[in-house]
Amino acid sequence: MSSTTRLPSSEPVLDPGRRRALGCLAAWSGAAVIWTVAGGVPRAQAAGATGAVVKPGTFSFVQISDTHIGFHKEANPDVAGSLRHAIAEVRALPRTPSLIVHTGDVSHLSKPEEFGQARELLSEFGVRVHTVPGEHDAIDDGLSGYLKYFDHDGKQRGWYSFDEGGVHFIGLSNVLNFKMGTMTALGDEQLAWLKRDLAGVSRSTPIVVLAHIPLWTVYAQWGWGTADAGQALALLRPFGSVTVLNGHIHQVLQKVEGNIALHTAMSLAYPLPTPGQAGIGEPGPVKVPAGELGKLLGTRELSVVRGKHELALVDTPLEHA
Amino acid sequence: MTLPPPIFFLLLVLASATAYGAEVPTVDITKFAFAPKEITIAPGTKVVWTNHDETPHTISESDKAFVSKAIDTDDRYEHVFASEGDFSYFCTLHPFMTGIVHVRK
Repeated sequence: MSSTTRLPSSEPVLDPGRRRALGCLAAWSGAAVIWTVAGGVPRAQAAGATGAVVKPGTFSFVQISDTHIGFHKEANPDVAGSLRHAIAEVRALPRTPSLIVHTGDVSHLSKPEEFGQARELLSEFGVRVHTVPGEHDAIDDGLSGYLKYFDHDGKQRGWYSFDEGGVHFIGLSNVLNFKMGTMTALGDEQLAWLKRDLAGVSRSTPIVVLAHIPLWTVYAQWGWGTADAGQALALLRPFGSVTVLNGHIHQVLQKVEGNIALHTAMSLAYPLPTPGQAGIGEPGPVKVPAGELGKLLGTRELSVVRGKHELALVDTPLEHA
Repeated sequence: MTLPPPIFFLLLVLASATAYGAEVPTVDITKFAFAPKEITIAPGTKVVWTNHDETPHTISESDKAFVSKAIDTDDRYEHVFASEGDFSYFCTLHPFMTGIVHVRK
């Protein structure tokens, strides 16, 4: 991604991080905002506002989601190509992200060849990729197929945590406890693990939680929520900076609950309707005219300013020129 | 006018039933819903689900008495209901999709 060419000629010279962020914002076709979380109080700032963008030297990482490797229908006949496009964009960032997080639906049908192809493609990022499973990664045989390729801590579970860049990352799995007619759940075993995991984390440590299905109820009729998310959020509430990153719904939505900011991400495979979108009725892939798809798929860069509990998010569509 | 022999008549009925699929109850999966959502069959009957969506679905009995693998676009799943009972099922990918099979003598 090159940003300088997209800046208005009247724009003063800015630091590279800001130039790029503004470039992303200028490219947005929808509502463009940068979210910062300072002291647990999130603020949305428009392009050009002072202090909205990331300073050099901060810890940054990239979120991608819902690659659905193996999908080949009309809504996107080339999902591998879309992922490659995203990889090229991320590799062209002026500042190399420290890591990539993938918030689930790595594969489309949980087939070994899909996981294998995904792992191979993801390695092209050139930095470590941390994944959480989506329900498409848990078809047929629970997570056993997924974990053969994406077992991040060797414990054969869908959840794990790690520390990097002063941030405590927590990967959760909410794709195994599906019960008839209800939303999914994290389950008691995982919630107990989360409580133990957080016991060792200082309250001033920024926390980033990854989970495929949103940890808030976006739209219950389509199962876009997690039944026991409230229990997880209660455990996270005492911490000063909590950012929850979700996938599943293939579009950017935000919600703030106290000092917890929750964000869903764009997919790299195909768009889905807005929650309960009139005239559609079901959360199936949305077909858009050729040339439009890349505007609805994308990546997200996140930056953490150490010591300030600030976290800035920039969502960038694949097609943004 | 000569009536056809009863056996010929019976064969005709069987042939047409097979041709039109009347002997194998089919549930269509369309737009994230089972149609019909509720069916009643006799013990020993096979039910076939066909997925017409671009999204994969599964068939899972509510207590996992039977669970399908992923049913991708145009794929089918079959299950023979041996004994009487009411079998509620759902899609494990989209649990809001529910259906029921009543098996009655």
